[in-house]
Amino acid sequence: MTTDLTRATADYAVRLGDDALILGHRLSEWCSNGPFLEEDLALTNVALDYIGRARMFLGYGAQLIGGDCTEDTLAYQRDCREFTNLLINELPRGDFAFTMARQYLLDEHALLFLEALQGSSDAELAAIATKAIKETRYHLRRSREWMLRLGDGTEESRRRLQQALEDIWGYLPELFAMDELERELLAAGIAVDREALEAPWRRAVSATFAETDVTLPADGWRVDGGRTGYHTEHLGHLLSELQFVQRAYPGCQW
Amino acid sequence: MTNDSSPNEQQLEAAFQARIDAEEKIEPKDWMPERYRKNLIRQISQHAHSEVIGMQPEGNWITRAPTLHRKAVLLAKVQDECGHGLYLYSATETLGITREELIEALHSGAAKYASIFNYPSLTWADIGAIGWLVDGAAIVNQVSLQRTSYGPYARGMVRICKEESFHQRQGYHIMMTLMQGSDEQRAMAQDAVNRFWWPSLMMFGPHDAESAHSAQSMTWKIKRQSNDELRQKFVDQSVEQAEVIGLTLPDPDLKWNEERGHYDFGEIDWDEFNRVISGSGPCNRQRIAHHVAAHEDGAWVREAIAAHEAKKQQRASKAA
Ligand SMILES: [Fe+2]
Ligand SMILES: [Fe+2]
Repeated sequence: MTTDLTRATADYAVRLGDDALILGHRLSEWCSNGPFLEEDLALTNVALDYIGRARMFLGYGAQLIGGDCTEDTLAYQRDCREFTNLLINELPRGDFAFTMARQYLLDEHALLFLEALQGSSDAELAAIATKAIKETRYHLRRSREWMLRLGDGTEESRRRLQQALEDIWGYLPELFAMDELERELLAAGIAVDREALEAPWRRAVSATFAETDVTLPADGWRVDGGRTGYHTEHLGHLLSELQFVQRAYPGCQW
Repeated sequence: MTNDSSPNEQQLEAAFQARIDAEEKIEPKDWMPERYRKNLIRQISQHAHSEVIGMQPEGNWITRAPTLHRKAVLLAKVQDECGHGLYLYSATETLGITREELIEALHSGAAKYASIFNYPSLTWADIGAIGWLVDGAAIVNQVSLQRTSYGPYARGMVRICKEESFHQRQGYHIMMTLMQGSDEQRAMAQDAVNRFWWPSLMMFGPHDAESAHSAQSMTWKIKRQSNDELRQKFVDQSVEQAEVIGLTLPDPDLKWNEERGHYDFGEIDWDEFNRVISGSGPCNRQRIAHHVAAHEDGAWVREAIAAHEAKKQQRASKAA
């Protein structure tokens, strides 16, 4: 790989790591807050998978960046503007309907994305995708079942799910947007073509909600910015919590 | 109607005790004295609640764990504890009580949980101290309970003990890393031990002479070793572990007794023990309020599942 391509691949790995880290953080906030113990366990398990995924992507990114960069310097020593996760991942966990709706929409996306990433010409990214996709299949089975339960269940569960979809909808286009970096990596056979994922994603999502009594929101508003570090105000607070110990006691081993 | 003085009942109870004395396991469908059942429900559910409430002080640091590796390990640990809670609730349910009733008893204060979880986790070192000392004390107790007379409980303990020993090692590793670190880190570790040492000793309960449930529990082999025996075992193992990494246990009376072959240690502050048990620990109200809030917030979710299942059945029977 040329130096430019290596640097671009590193940035790409870090993006994907940021996505996983920030979503994993939000999921981990459910620990001891779930609606019943089995679900507490399951949510913690999904959180753990995402933290594991973050470590693989960030670890690879750090390796490509070289020097004294590690998964932890990436996670703990960058500020808001340097984080490149997509905005949808940083939104507060909300109620259970919000968390599960976001998870379902992301799981459908992750399945398609990771399938494609398995074909990456970058062997390390392809290997991470192969490992992650097994977890995502399980996540999706669960989150899809929750859409059917909440979308059918009671008037309250339908109302909450409908509201969650409305609140999330405008953050979804970012999942399918390509920027210059990803186009360049796509041309090199390394990155996934996000635009190509949108149609199959819509088919899967529509099929699921067709089995429920909620309706998918119309496209309209959209917010972008994660990849350029233009975040919601929520991320700074998340980072102040995530990074507290390392910021308060810099330069230590833990 | 049962009549404790009827010969029939007496015979049943004698046969029951004979099985216990022969080290046979009692299984859910077997006859058992009502007091044995009640005693077990109290003990196993208290154990289950402890696993679940214990998720709070540890969960308190998941979002702030200082490295991604530590975060993953802590998440996995708390997930294990959640699994232990589930497993123990199931064991309790084999005695004819529902999960809903158990949760109600927790919320009303009728059921207890380990008092140690009424202490706050204030710094990252507390996660090390809890893993090392609290899981360490739990293991001493649970290893002994692997031989408890009630089958489902004994089998649960075997499974749970394996995971607890990982937790203890991970906690100890956090402490060791801190002790090899900066002055501030060492002070943080020592402070955590200062706060958690005595409450860990209290986990074994009152002295044998003062323990309300002990004698009968020993006869029924629900408990296999006394509170004081187990506490001594824990002290003996912890002293050496503390020494190895340079931590000082906060007890001036702690010293090796050649004659006994054990460490002597100071008297527990039983006033504190009683205060915390009866509601005046730093976090008692917070712990229960947190559990109640999560349970209430989740009510609509549980209702949605029930409604969905009912509708599904209706649709299936219509189609049939
Ligand atoms: Fe446990
Ligand atoms: Fe444990």
